[in-house]
Amino acid sequence: MRALLAQTRTELMLSLRNGEQLLVSIAIPLLLLVFFSSVDVLPLPDGVDKGVQFLAPGILALAVMSSAMVSLGIGTGFERQYKVLKRLGTTPLGRPRWVGAKIAMVLCLLVIQTSVLIAASFALGWSPGGTPVLAPLAILLGASAFGGIGLLMAGTLRGTLTLALANGLYLVMLLLGGMIIPFDQMPGPIGTLGRTLPSGALSQVMQSCLRDGAPSAGSAWIILALWAVLAPAAAARFFRWE
Amino acid sequence: MSFPKGDTPAIEVDDLTIRYGDHVAVAGLSFRAEPGRITALLGPNGAGKTSTVETLEGYRTPTSGAVRVLGLDPHRDHAALVGRIGVMLQSGGVYSGIRPLEMLRLFASYYEAPADPVELLDLVGLTDRQRSTWRSLSGGEQQRLSLALALIGRPEVAFLDEPTAGIDPSGRQLIRRVIADLRSEGVAVLLTTHDLDEAEKLADQVVIIDHGRLLADAPPAELMRSAETDEVRFGAPADLDIAALADRLAAPVAEVSPGEYRVAAAGTPAMVAALTAWLAEQDLPLGDLRVGRQTLEDVFLRLTESAAVSTEAAANGATSRRARRSRR
Repeated sequence: MRALLAQTRTELMLSLRNGEQLLVSIAIPLLLLVFFSSVDVLPLPDGVDKGVQFLAPGILALAVMSSAMVSLGIGTGFERQYKVLKRLGTTPLGRPRWVGAKIAMVLCLLVIQTSVLIAASFALGWSPGGTPVLAPLAILLGASAFGGIGLLMAGTLRGTLTLALANGLYLVMLLLGGMIIPFDQMPGPIGTLGRTLPSGALSQVMQSCLRDGAPSAGSAWIILALWAVLAPAAAARFFRWE
Repeated sequence: MSFPKGDTPAIEVDDLTIRYGDHVAVAGLSFRAEPGRITALLGPNGAGKTSTVETLEGYRTPTSGAVRVLGLDPHRDHAALVGRIGVMLQSGGVYSGIRPLEMLRLFASYYEAPADPVELLDLVGLTDRQRSTWRSLSGGEQQRLSLALALIGRPEVAFLDEPTAGIDPSGRQLIRRVIADLRSEGVAVLLTTHDLDEAEKLADQVVIIDHGRLLADAPPAELMRSAETDEVRFGAPADLDIAALADRLAAPVAEVSPGEYRVAAAGTPAMVAALTAWLAEQDLPLGDLRVGRQTLEDVFLRLTESAAVSTEAAANGATSRRARRSRR
C-alpha cells in the first residue's frame, strides 16, 4: 500500500510538473470552452440556443481523452523508451501496483480537470440537464477506452512516435467526435464514422447525461462500453515492457 | 548478511546457453560469484555479458542450462528475488522529470527495510544536486544516482552494468569507493565492464568471456601471474643498433614496432641494469620499461584474440562471419 501510494503520488507529481501535459489536459480544453462559448462562430445542434449548453459536455469528454489517452500514452511511452519500465521490473513494485498507480493518477487528473472545467462552464452560464448522475460512469468508461488506446501506443511504439500519433489522434477524434462540432452538421458518412469512434461515443453519452433535449444515446453507451473493454484488453495483450 | 562467506554462492551460472534465432549469444557458460566479493564479468562488446546478466536479473530465460541467484530461479521466483537484488542499468531507468531525492524516496517505498535516502544521496555525492531533475544531471551524476538506486533496498546481490562508463575521473573514484565498500557489507557484486583497469583495480574475481564462452575465471593477480613471460619490453628511440645491444645483453633483441623493443630473456635486475647502462652510455632516453608481469590488458587481449582465432578455425567461415556481423 505504501508503495502504491508513493507510486501514485510520483506519477501525479510528474505529470503536473510537465508543462506540455498540463497544456493538453487543462489549458486547451479550457481555452476551447471559453472561446467558443463567448464567440458565436461554431454551428450548434438544432434546438440549442446557447453555446455553452452544447460545449460543456463535449469539452468534458475532450478532457477525458486528453488525460487518459494523450498524457498517459505519451508519459508512459517515454518511460518505456528511457528504460524506466525495465528498471521497475527488477524492483518489488510489480506490475499490478504499477498499473494501479497509473489508473489512480488518471483519476486524480480527471478530478482536477472536471473541477476546473465545470466551474468555468457555470461561470459561462451553463445549466446542466439530462441525467447527470450517469456522467461519472460515462467518464470512467471513456477513461478506460482512451487509457487503453494510450497504453497500446506506449507499449508498442517508440516514445517519439507515440507522441506524434497521440497528438494526431487527439485532433482527429476531437474534430470527428462531435465534441465541438455537432454530428448533425457533418456530412452523413463522416458523422456515422465519428459516432463509432470512442470520442464520438463518449460525447454523445455526455450530451445525453448533461443536456436536456439531447438525442438518446443507447447505442453510444454500447459502443463506448465496447471500446472501454477492447482497448485495455488490446493494450494488455500487446504491451511490451522493453 | 546472514549466510557465511563462501558458503552459498550468491550467483550460479551453470552451462548457460542463450540463443536469439540463429545467433548464439551465450554458449555453455558456467561461473559463480560469492557473497562479499566483487566479480567482474569482462569481455568485448557483444561477448554475451548483457545477455548473461539480464538472465540473472530475470529479464530473459535461458535457452538451455540454468542460473540461480541466492538459490532462486530469477525468472520463476522473480517476486521472491526482486526485494533482495539491486540493479544498475547502463543508462536510463529513471523518470526524466524527477529529482534525485524524490526518486530515491520512491524506490525506498518499494522495500521492507530500505537504506536512508538522504544518507545514500550523500554517499554518492549528489546532496548539492537535489533541486535538479534527472534530465539536467550530467552523465556521471546520472550514473551515481543509478548506483544509489541499486543500493536503496540493501541488496544481497548487486548487478552493476558498466558503472563507470563515460564518467569523469573524480566520479569514477567515488563510484569505485562505494562499490568497494559493498564487499565489507557482504554484498555479492557482479560488475559488467569492458574497462580492464576497472576490473584490475576493483574485482576479487575476473570472469573473462568472449563469443559467449568462458575464457578465464580467476583473481586478477593470478591471471596476470599466469601470463608472465620471460621477456623485457622497453620503449626508446626507433632504429637502435639492436645487434650491438643483443651482443651486450647476450640475448635476442627485436624491434617489434618502431621505438618498441623486446628482449627475449628473463627480466632479472642484472638484465635491466645492463640494458639501462647501455642506453646511458649512448645518452639515449628510456620511454618505458616492462618486465615479466603483464597487465590485465595484455592477458585480456591475448585471450580474446586467441579465442577469435580458434572460433574462426573451428566454425564454418561463412557462418561465423554472419554471426559476428549480426551482433554489431
